[in-house]
Amino acid sequence: MADYPTSLPIEEPRTLFKAPLSMPSPGASGVTGFWRTMKPVINEDKCIKCILCWLYCPEDTIIRRDDDSVYVDYEYCKGCGICADVCPVNAIEMVREVV
Amino acid sequence: MMAVRLKELPRRRYGQPGNAACPGCPETMGLRYLKMALGDDAVLVVPASCISVIQGIYPRSGINFPILNTVFAAAASTAAGMSAGFRLRGMDNVKVVVYAGDGGTADIGLQAISGAAERNDDILYICVDNEAYMNTGIQRSSATPYGAWTTTTVTGKTEQKKNVPLILISHGVPYVATASVGYPLDFIEKVRKASQIKGFKYIHLLAPCPIGWRFDPSLTAKMAQLAVKTGFFPLYEYYKGKLTISPPSRPFRDPKRRTPLIEYLKLQGRYRHILNDPNALKRIEEYIDEQWRWLNLLESTNGH
Ligand SMILES: Cc1ncc(C[n+]2csc(CCOP(=O)(O)OP(=O)(O)O)c2C)c(N)n1
Ligand code: SF4
Ligand code: SF4
Ligand code: SF4
Ligand SMILES: [Mg+2]
Repeated sequence: MADYPTSLPIEEPRTLFKAPLSMPSPGASGVTGFWRTMKPVINEDKCIKCILCWLYCPEDTIIRRDDDSVYVDYEYCKGCGICADVCPVNAIEMVREVV
Repeated sequence: MMAVRLKELPRRRYGQPGNAACPGCPETMGLRYLKMALGDDAVLVVPASCISVIQGIYPRSGINFPILNTVFAAAASTAAGMSAGFRLRGMDNVKVVVYAGDGGTADIGLQAISGAAERNDDILYICVDNEAYMNTGIQRSSATPYGAWTTTTVTGKTEQKKNVPLILISHGVPYVATASVGYPLDFIEKVRKASQIKGFKYIHLLAPCPIGWRFDPSLTAKMAQLAVKTGFFPLYEYYKGKLTISPPSRPFRDPKRRTPLIEYLKLQGRYRHILNDPNALKRIEEYIDEQWRWLNLLESTNGH
């Protein structure tokens, strides 16, 4: 029979507290852009910089530039389509995702 | 209180991309608005719910807040203890906020909420109401509305939605409000106002869930607006004994200006079986009338 140790050393959590402490970090559940089947594409010529897409995006993956023009963070955008639905001038089109 | 303007909202990226929430999740929308309202001075208390799943797995968190997880039955009392602890340490700037589901609020946590409200503990309690136990697979709660399909009400729920904000108003707490993720500026304004008040504050946030309500995830914001425009979910606040209908709901106190109820119901698969049932539709209309009767009654006591 193999000689197993009767007790294993328990590693101290590398945190300030002696309790499991999770730290907020982007991508905590992975690169969620891979979930997408449809992808929002913004037509910058049509956009009137109303930032409603930025306001309603649940993932915070509509990025707002200083001049209030917007672009998509495709790394994490889940493709829900809310941005396209709330855009008052239909400047966002949902197109099929191709890998 | 200054009205919140869209272009003046903080530009910082307050959401937490790459979390475990479903696409189009209303609970993540609410969390982002909460952070916009309170900045870095808030800590959350979260009981079991989709929210605790969105947090993800140790050692990383998908939510941009310090969070203490607690059991269903004790969210309000946990927060009350934390708040007292912060006050004792002189950390008066820290806002302790409960962010709990409708199951954790209207059913399992109700006694703890009632206790904290009666003691007027210095916390802000937010119920994020997606009208069922979503995290465990869409079981009905007392906040599920009449007629809605869930996995435990397969022919539609036979009871009306429990009115939790009214229960809290009857406790005589300083601040009670309703809000909807479809009107973020109104919600942010209410959170900011509540956070300036000492004592027990309650905000009931409607959070239409594409998974449990059976609608396309692109429609979360629209659904949260339709709930208000049909008069189904009136937005109001009750502060210092005075009831005020909030601006997004004001046009819809007049039934003639409301969007027809069917426009709201027909987009949700959970109502599919009652769309052609006039009796069921009538019961939902009656529920709406009753909500507004309560509000009119409370308003009539303003200033007394
Ligand atoms: C005492 C206890 N009972 C049951 C559960 C299982 N459970 C975990 S989350 C959940 C559903 C919570 O529903 P709700 O509060 O509405 O939040 P949602 O998931 O809809 O966000 C249940 C029943 C539990 N964790 N603890
Ligand atoms: S599709 Fe959804 S997640 Fe992606 S940017 Fe638009 S609103 Fe955000
Ligand atoms: S909602 Fe449409 S118009 Fe408004 S900022 Fe976004 S893309 Fe531009
Ligand atoms: S089930 Fe609904 S509330 Fe829960 S994470 Fe998914 S979309 Fe959000
Ligand atoms: Mg729920």
